[in-house]
Amino acid sequence: MADIKQLAGPQSRRKFLAVGGGSTALAAFLAACGSDSSSTTTTGTTSMSGGKSETAEFGKGDVGILNYALTLEYLETAFYAEVVKSGLFKGADLATIRKFGSEEAEHVQALTQAVKSLGGKPAPEPKAEFPLKDAKSVLELAGTVENLGAAAYLGQAPNIESSEVLASALAIHSVEGRHAAALNTLLGESITPDGAFAVPADVATVLKSVEPFIVG
Amino acid sequence: MSTKPMTNEQLTNPELAAVHVDDDSADLSRSDVLLKGALAAGAVYGTLAVGPFVRKALAMSGGSDVDILNFALTLEYLESTFYAEAKSRAKASGELKSLVDMLAKDEQQHVEALEGTIKKLGGKPVAKPKFDFPYSGTSGFLKLAQTFEDTGVSAYNGAAPMIKSKEVLGAAGSIVQVEARHAAAIRLQNSEEPAPAAFDPPLDEKQVLKAVEPFLA
Repeated sequence: MADIKQLAGPQSRRKFLAVGGGSTALAAFLAACGSDSSSTTTTGTTSMSGGKSETAEFGKGDVGILNYALTLEYLETAFYAEVVKSGLFKGADLATIRKFGSEEAEHVQALTQAVKSLGGKPAPEPKAEFPLKDAKSVLELAGTVENLGAAAYLGQAPNIESSEVLASALAIHSVEGRHAAALNTLLGESITPDGAFAVPADVATVLKSVEPFIVG
Repeated sequence: MSTKPMTNEQLTNPELAAVHVDDDSADLSRSDVLLKGALAAGAVYGTLAVGPFVRKALAMSGGSDVDILNFALTLEYLESTFYAEAKSRAKASGELKSLVDMLAKDEQQHVEALEGTIKKLGGKPVAKPKFDFPYSGTSGFLKLAQTFEDTGVSAYNGAAPMIKSKEVLGAAGSIVQVEARHAAAIRLQNSEEPAPAAFDPPLDEKQVLKAVEPFLA
């Protein structure tokens, strides 16, 4: 049985930036669905075969997943706030950036509440710095961050135990997908870089990608 | 590098809010409350507030993974038929024509993937319904496309938490993200916000079927 996360693997970051091939993605989709219909999202079990959660460093179970998502949302929020302040954008582009930034801030609030409601401690806001040289490179970075964010949620969705937390994560996941597609449109890139089936990213890949922006 | 002007700052999606038309039974009025509540909760209070509404949706629907996949397949049949027809009916040119071709291809791949998955799980794919799409011209096409894509996103977001298999859930997730990307692209074509709210609300099966009913021939 194929694990959904094996689809992402170490190549996922490169893959979501590239234009994907449809037939490969279709094959991957079918392999992912497999014939194992008996595996269930039973409460209390972790999805990792080794029994250790991918997001263990952020907390146990759903709290860990939510805190991982919260960390990414903090970074996105800080990024957009800096971009707004940079003065590199105006008019409709600035309006889009402000809108996306305010939606990321709402995600931060919602995830913080969700962690607390599960009895967990919300992850601290990381200190972040982003290279803001010119409008084009900033938009490219925004596109990278949003595509990565969408892939990160997709990677974790199957690991979520509570159906309510899952519903909430999905409600955010598709908005990240919308942001990514809008930015790809601005950049003149494909709105669906992976083709008809979006590719998930695992935690290690995502953290490695955002590491350069975290200071101290 | 420029984008079309963003016209409104709406908190919720008027297409989805309008999904529920005639409210003639106790069940349906409950759905209506559910829909409005989910929209409001998703847009205003934040994600976890969506939870209780989702739990009600779960209690109302249920069903096996094959049932859920067949539900999704019906929506994908609708979308793939809509875009296949649009290649000649939407009078699209240039950038929009390429987009329509791509959307048609993506939705057809979703149909094939869902049919294949249902068979792999030992189920029988539902028959493809006959559809009738009452629109004319490019703007009529774009308006309907936005409704279908936004509804599709909310349909998957509502159904996915009921999926039992992690693999099927992951696969549904990779489709819904693509539907969300389609929705954003179509919205930009309509000069609308690509992501009108911070949370895409879930819709339950009844609400979705009600939304697509007018297009069944």
